[in-house]
Amino acid sequence: MMRLRIGLCLASVFAASLALAQGGTDKRRSGYQDMGPSLQRMQDDGTSNPGMLFVQLGAEAWAGPAGAANKACADCHGASGATMKGVALRYPAIPEGADTPVDLEGRINLCRTTNQQAAPLPAESRELLALAAFVAHQSRGQPIAPPDDPRLAPFLDRGAAIWALRQGQLNLSCATCHDDNAGKKLAGVTIPEAHPTGYPVYRLEWQTLGSLKRRLRNCLVGIRAESYAYDSMEYVMLELFLMERARGMAFEAPAVRP
Amino acid sequence: MPIVGSAPSPARPSADAMWHLALSFVVLALAVPAARAQQVVGDAIPTSLTGQPGDAARGRAIVASRNLGLCLLCHSGPIAEERFQGNLAPSLAGAGSRWSEGQLRLRIVDAMRLNPDTIMPPYYRAGGLRRVARNFEGKTILSAGQVEDVVAYLATLKD
Ligand code: HEC
Ligand code: HEC
Repeated sequence: MMRLRIGLCLASVFAASLALAQGGTDKRRSGYQDMGPSLQRMQDDGTSNPGMLFVQLGAEAWAGPAGAANKACADCHGASGATMKGVALRYPAIPEGADTPVDLEGRINLCRTTNQQAAPLPAESRELLALAAFVAHQSRGQPIAPPDDPRLAPFLDRGAAIWALRQGQLNLSCATCHDDNAGKKLAGVTIPEAHPTGYPVYRLEWQTLGSLKRRLRNCLVGIRAESYAYDSMEYVMLELFLMERARGMAFEAPAVRP
Repeated sequence: MPIVGSAPSPARPSADAMWHLALSFVVLALAVPAARAQQVVGDAIPTSLTGQPGDAARGRAIVASRNLGLCLLCHSGPIAEERFQGNLAPSLAGAGSRWSEGQLRLRIVDAMRLNPDTIMPPYYRAGGLRRVARNFEGKTILSAGQVEDVVAYLATLKD
C-alpha cells in the first residue's frame, strides 16, 4: 500500500463527516457506509488514503503558472486554496455569462481557457483530477448544497429522466439498481445508493483516482449501453440530479471505493 | 428469429407499462404471422427455438458464467462453485418443478411479456431496446441455441 506523508491533521474533519453521514432520521447511505471497516479506515486516514497524493499534486498545479497569461490558480484565488471551501458542494452550476451548467472539472477548464489562456485539460488527465481533488478536498465534511438556481430546473429534469430510462442490452435503468435494489447483492457486490459524495474517488479496481463520469461510464458499460462522450451534457445533467438527490449529505472527497 | 417489437417500458409500474402489456397482446392477436403465433401460447413458448433440444451441461455453464448468462448477478442457484451470487431475484433452485420447459423458455426469451416491470433482461429479444452499446447492437444476449441449453438446464432443477 502506498504510504503518503502529508502533514495534515484531518481527524476532526473526518469525525464531522461521519457524524453528518450517519446523522439522525436521514436514511440515505453513502457508499462509505457500505464498505468494510478497513476501507473506511483507508479513506479516513490522510496518510493511507491514496487520493491524498492527488490532493498534493493538485496543490502543486494550483501554485504553478500556466498558459499565455502565465498565471497560477493561486494568483487569482489565493495560495492556500481556502477560497475553494464549499465550492465543490454547489456544482454543477451555471457559470457567469453562460446559460448551461458545467461540472467542477468543466469550471476548472473554463479558468484554464479564459483566465490562464491555456488549452483545456483532457478528461481524466492526471492534472485535471489532481486540481479537482485539491478543490474538492477543501469541502470535506460539509453538507452537499446545490445552488437554488431556477435555470437549472430543465437540466435537472432531464437528468432525472436519464436516471429512470431503461437502456442498454440488459434493459436496466439507474433507478432499477440504485433506488429499487440498493443494499442488495449484485453477484458479490452490495449495490450502493449511488450518492456522488466522494468524487473524484480513488477506486481500488482502477488503481487510481477517477471522476464521477468515469464511474457512470462503468455502470453504462455494465448494462451494455452506449456511454456518453466525456464532454456531453448528459453527464452534467445526471450529476445535477445526483447532487440534488444527495443534498445535505456529507462530502467525502477524495473518497476510497472498492 | 428473436422476438421483436416489444416496446420498452419505464422502470416503474405505470400507465405506460400497462400500455406496453396491452400492446404486446394486441400485436400477438392481430398482426402476428402464423410463425410467431405458434411461438407464444399463453405464458409459454412450447416449442424449441431451434427445433432441437438443448444441452443441460452447456446450459449450466451459461447460467454460471459472468459474461454470458449473467444470471447469478441477480439470482442464486445450486451452483456451489460460484461463490458470489445475487439476491435481486428468486433462487433458481426448483425452477424446473415450478415451470414447464415452455414457460421457462418464454421467461428467458422476454420476461417482460409476463411482467412489464420486471428487471430480468430480455435474453432473446432484439427490438425495443434503447442506447445499446455498439458492440451489442442488433444482437440478442443469448443465441437461440444458448436459450435452449439454459432451458434444458433449468428443467433439471427439480428441488
Ligand atoms: C445492474 C445494476 C446497476 C445499474 C443499472 C447501474 N448501476 Fe451504478 N453501481 C452499481 C454497483 C454494483 C455499484 C458499486 C460497484 C462497486 O462498488 O464496485 C455502482 C456504483 C455507482 C456509483 C458510485 C457510488 C459511490 O458510492 O461511489 C454511482 C454514482 C452510480 N453507480 C450511478 C449510476 C448511474 C447514474 C446509473 C445509470 C446510468 C447506474 N449507476 C446504473 C450497479 C448498477
Ligand atoms: C437483472 C436481473 C436478472 C437477471 C440478470 C436474470 N434474472 Fe431471472 N428473474 C429476475 C427477477 C427479478 C425475477 C422475478 C420475476 C420477475 O420479476 O419477472 C426473475 C425470474 C426468473 C425465473 C422465474 C423464477 C421463478 O421460479 O419464479 C427464472 C426461471 C429465471 N428468472 C431465470 C433466469 C436465467 C436462467 C437467467 C440468465 C440466463 C436470468 N434469470 C437472469 C431477474 C433477473
